[in-house]
Amino acid sequence: MEKLFMTGNEAIAEAAIRSGCLYYFGYPITPQNEIPEYMSTRLPELGGAFLQAESEIAAIYMVYGAAGAGMRVMSSSSSPGISLKQEGLSYIAAAELPCVIVNMMRGGPGLGGIQPSQSDYFQATKGGGHGDYHLFVLAPSTVQEAVSLTGDAFDIADKYRTPVMILGDGIIGQMMEPVEFEQRPRSKEYDKSWALSGAKGRPRNVIKTLYLDPQKLEQHNLKLQDKYQKMKEDVRIEHYLCDDAEIVIAAYGTVARIAKTAVQILRDKGIKVGLLRPITLYPFPYDHFQEIAERIRKVLVVEMSLGQMVEDVKLAVNGKAEVAFYGRTGGIVPSYEEIAAELEKQLF
Amino acid sequence: METIDKTDKMDRVFQRPEALTKATTHYCPGCGHGVAHRLIAEVLDELGIREQTVGVAPVGCSVLMYNYMNIDMLEAAHGRAPAVATGFKRARPDLTVFCYQGDGDLAAIGMGETIAAAARGEKICVIFVNNATYGMTGGQMAPTTLVGQKTSTSAQGRMSERCGFPIKVAEMLSVLDGPQYIARVSVSSAKYIARAKQAIKKAFEVQQLDLGYSLVEVLSPCPTDWHMTPQQAVNWLEENMLPYYPLGEFKVQGV
Ligand SMILES: Cc1ncc(C[n+]2csc(CCOP(=O)(O)OP(=O)(O)O)c2C)c(N)n1
Ligand code: SF4
Repeated sequence: MEKLFMTGNEAIAEAAIRSGCLYYFGYPITPQNEIPEYMSTRLPELGGAFLQAESEIAAIYMVYGAAGAGMRVMSSSSSPGISLKQEGLSYIAAAELPCVIVNMMRGGPGLGGIQPSQSDYFQATKGGGHGDYHLFVLAPSTVQEAVSLTGDAFDIADKYRTPVMILGDGIIGQMMEPVEFEQRPRSKEYDKSWALSGAKGRPRNVIKTLYLDPQKLEQHNLKLQDKYQKMKEDVRIEHYLCDDAEIVIAAYGTVARIAKTAVQILRDKGIKVGLLRPITLYPFPYDHFQEIAERIRKVLVVEMSLGQMVEDVKLAVNGKAEVAFYGRTGGIVPSYEEIAAELEKQLF
Repeated sequence: METIDKTDKMDRVFQRPEALTKATTHYCPGCGHGVAHRLIAEVLDELGIREQTVGVAPVGCSVLMYNYMNIDMLEAAHGRAPAVATGFKRARPDLTVFCYQGDGDLAAIGMGETIAAAARGEKICVIFVNNATYGMTGGQMAPTTLVGQKTSTSAQGRMSERCGFPIKVAEMLSVLDGPQYIARVSVSSAKYIARAKQAIKKAFEVQQLDLGYSLVEVLSPCPTDWHMTPQQAVNWLEENMLPYYPLGEFKVQGV
C-alpha cells in the first residue's frame, strides 16, 4: 500500500474524509491549523462544505446543525477553543447527535502556551460541559494510529449517536510520519431516521434537549447512562511487555510512545517493566488495570499534566498496588531518559 | 338536509394552516409569539414548502415552538440558532431553513452569530421577535429595552448613562452586504399583521430564489412582563416602540 508522508493533523483530516466526513466547521488555533487548512481545499472539491466559523462556539453549533441533518461532520481545535465548545458538546450529547471533535491539546490554563500538553484529560473524560454526560474519547500515540482511530471515531459516533473526541497534542498533530490509508470497509449504514430532512410523508422530527418534566429528564439521562455503560464493549488498551512485569508505566498518547522507549531501555538493564497504554480514555479501561494490579507491585503514571489520568488509575487499582506519578507540564515533553530514571527511583 | 347543503356551498375562509399542529400554545393572552408562528405557518403553506423546511427554535418563551409547528425542527442553545441553521443549511442546501429568535437570544448572547451569518449572506431566514424584554426569565432588561422602560433589572427605567441605548437590529444589519432582505413589522394589531405576513413571505422567497440572508424583525407585545393587559400592551407598543423602531423595508434585493 502507498505510504504518504504527512503531519498528524493532515492525516486526521484525510482519514476523516475517507470515512465519509464531508462537513467541517472550525476556528483557527495552533497547533491544529493544518486540519482546517486541509479541509478548506478538499471538502469543496468533494461536494461537501468547509466553513471557517466566527468562533469555536459558532463552529460547534454548526456541527450540531450538520449532524442534525444526518451528515458525518467534524470540528477540531486546541485547548482554549475546546473550552468554548463545552456548552455545545453538552447539547450534542444530550441531543444524541453523532460527530467527531479533535482536541490537539496545548499547555494551559488560560492562554497558556502552544506547546504540547495533556492537561485537558479531566475536561475530555469527565463531561467537560454541564450535565450528566460523557464523550467517547480516543487517544492516538502515533500518526498511523491517529488515522485508524479517526475512522473508528466516526463509526463509534454513529453506533452510539454520541460525540467522539480524538485527544491528541501538538506533537501528534504536527509530527510528520509516513502513513498508510487502509481502504476501510464501507461502514455499515447506520439508521438515521431521526435526522431532519423536511417532514415529507412522515410525522415531523424534532431534535431537542429540553425536558421540563423532571421525570422525563431523569428517563432521558438514564438512557444516556445506559449508553455509556454499553460503550465499555469498545474499551481499548495496549499491553506492552506486561506479562512478567513487576512494575508498569501507565501513559497515553505522545507520552506513552516515549515511555515505550524507556521500557525498552529498562528491559535491557534487566528490569521487569511493562507499559499499559489506554487508547480509550472514556470509557477508561478500569478492568485491565484492576486485573494487572493483582500481580504487580507498582504503577508509575506519567502524564504531561500535574496528574489527571492518575486519578482513574488509582480508582481502578483501588489500593491493590502502589500508584506513583510523574508529570511535566506547561508544554514540556518528558524525555525517555527522564522517564526511565524516574522509574528506577520508584523501584525501591 | 338544508344545513349540510349550506356548508357545502360555503367557502372555508379560516382554517388551521397545515404547518401548525393542533396543540394549544402556552403563550400568555395577548402575546405576539402565537401570531408570529401562525404567519410563518401560513407562508409555508402558501409557498408549498412545509415539507422542505427545517426550523431552528431559540431559547426563550418560544423554545417550545416545535410543539406548535408541524415541520422538522431543531432546538438551538441560547443565541446559537444562526450557527445551527448555518450548519444545517450547508449540509442540506436543497432545504429551506429558518431561525426564530427573541431579542435576548438574537441581540445579546447571540449577536456574534447573528452578524456573522448576515455578513456571510448565509441562505437562511431569521424571524426576530422583538418584545423589548426577556420574556422567559421574568422580564429582565434586553438589548432592545427602550430608554426609560422599567424591567426587573432596570426598576427605575433603563438609564442610558449606565446601560446605553437599545439596538436597532434591522437598521444595523442592513448596512452589511450579505443580507438581501431586511424588514421590520409589527404584530400588535390587525392593520400591521397583513403587512407582517407579506414581509415574512418575501423573506422566504429570497431563500427560494437562493439569493441569501433575510431577516424580519417583528415587534411583539409581552403583556405579562410589561405588567399590562393585552390591550394596554398593544397601545404601549404602538405609542413607544413604533417611534423608536420604525416599520418598513430596510433592504430589498431581488424580490
Ligand atoms: C447560556 C444561557 N444563558 C441564559 C439562559 C437563560 N435564558 C433563557 S431565555 C433567556 C432570555 C429570553 O429572552 P428573549 O430572547 O428576548 O425571548 P423571549 O422569552 O422574550 O421571547 C435567558 C436569559 C439560558 N437558557 N442559557
Ligand atoms: S412572558 Fe411575554 S413573551 Fe413570554 S409568553 Fe408571556 S407574553 Fe409572551
